[in-house]
Amino acid sequence: MKLIIAIIQPHKLEAVKQALEDVDVNLMTVTNVLGQGRQKGHTEIYRGAKEAGGLLNKVRLDIAVNEDFVEPTIAAITKGAHSGKVGDGKIFIVDLRECIRISNGERGGKAIG
Amino acid sequence: MNSGDTAWILMSTALVLLMTIPGLAFFYGGLVRRKNVLSILMQCFIIMCVISLQWVLFGYSLSFGPDAGGGIIGSLKWAGLNFVGSQPNPDYAATIPHSVFMIFQCMFAVITPALIIGAFAERMKFSAFLIFTILWATFVYDPIAHWVWGTGGWLRNLGVLDFAGGVVVHTSSGISALVVALLLGKREGYKKQPFRPHNLPFTVLGAGLLWFGWFGFNAGSALAADGIAANAFIATHVAAAAAGLTWALVEWQQNGAPTILGVCTGAVAGLATITPVCGFVNPMNAIFIGVLAAVFCYIAIVIIKAKLGYDDALDAFGVHGVGGIWGTIAVGLFAEKAVNAAGANGAFFGDTHQFLVQLMMVAVVSVFVAVMTWILFKFVDTVVGIRVEEEQEFIGLDLTQQSEAAYTVIE
Repeated sequence: MKLIIAIIQPHKLEAVKQALEDVDVNLMTVTNVLGQGRQKGHTEIYRGAKEAGGLLNKVRLDIAVNEDFVEPTIAAITKGAHSGKVGDGKIFIVDLRECIRISNGERGGKAIG
Repeated sequence: MNSGDTAWILMSTALVLLMTIPGLAFFYGGLVRRKNVLSILMQCFIIMCVISLQWVLFGYSLSFGPDAGGGIIGSLKWAGLNFVGSQPNPDYAATIPHSVFMIFQCMFAVITPALIIGAFAERMKFSAFLIFTILWATFVYDPIAHWVWGTGGWLRNLGVLDFAGGVVVHTSSGISALVVALLLGKREGYKKQPFRPHNLPFTVLGAGLLWFGWFGFNAGSALAADGIAANAFIATHVAAAAAGLTWALVEWQQNGAPTILGVCTGAVAGLATITPVCGFVNPMNAIFIGVLAAVFCYIAIVIIKAKLGYDDALDAFGVHGVGGIWGTIAVGLFAEKAVNAAGANGAFFGDTHQFLVQLMMVAVVSVFVAVMTWILFKFVDTVVGIRVEEEQEFIGLDLTQQSEAAYTVIE
């Protein structure tokens, strides 16, 4: 089992969701997050005072999958979020030790999907 | 007695209330960080409560009551609204009940200390703020109102003109704001971390309410529903429009983008500036005064404040101090008797006398306000301590001073 964490552009969320559904990945947690990468945030001006380093709005997806779904999920996120420009985001993959469905106590691979 | 005049001044009184709450409250509230928004709303609201009572109990009498001697302060003869009934007082307004004049002026006494909040925002202890405000209203506002507007007031006797409070309201609060900002010091992290307004839509809402309420403030100061009121109304409107637009254009040229905060700041600067002069100038000159208001206030806030490094958090001095001073001086330049026979001719209309007395008034009031603010600040600091603990400042004034939070993160 793997936990896939993806940081993407907010306006790409719908496309990513659609691509994930196309490969039968329907469960995800979505959060608004702030961050910056190589593009270094942005500058805001309030009454002439420049406030540099403003973090950019990003969307974070947390998706837990079984091994078979890891590559299709990566492919789907990449397809939906890719524009080729700086700021497209990143995908992190970490090993997932356990997964428990709260409603019926199922554990492991069965509980993920 | 005139029912039209009375109706207009009662209505204007309500309009000026709207300027403090919710106008100024939201204008300032949107500019602070989210952890301090309630402290701003609270300060504006409690000022309405406290100073309204101060006013009817003794503030009105100190300001407008029979002169106690030398034109320095009113006596306490009208304390508790003694002799302030429904009969007109011709010294102030011959066609409306004396009580209506009193309650109209009450709203001015309320908003003036509220303007200073912008300087000490995000770091002043609530108890200290409350004591400072009551003392300031009593020992700074009331005397100045008496000098400039009260019967027998020594500046009034010298022929100064302040139509709706360029000196009494804006210069006094603005200079005091600067002194408080200097004495109180910077907010923790100022210039080291970003200070972003937490809700600019609130600020825009507040600016709109201020503009709306200012028609009562300025046109109401004619104390009649007449041609002078109409002139003040129009001059107020076009000065605000000109200043808002000018600010946006200056920003556009300087930074590559006009901001809504800039337009709002410019408009409020224009409104503060036109306040002393709106009943004495024709609207075309009001436009010119408004354009320069934006330029002067922009220079004060963006260039001078940045150079000197004081933390006038929400620019109470940069907007109200600078605008009030410029407007008061503008009376001595642009006033014309053709607009208001009870006024004077300014330097551009052949008489330099008015210009000189206006300058003198600005200087005297500024020095008085600065000295008094310094004394009151030191007094309050000694008695209760004026600034919150560093830790409380990090947590925010909403939780540490008011024990409540404006926004929930989790339901």
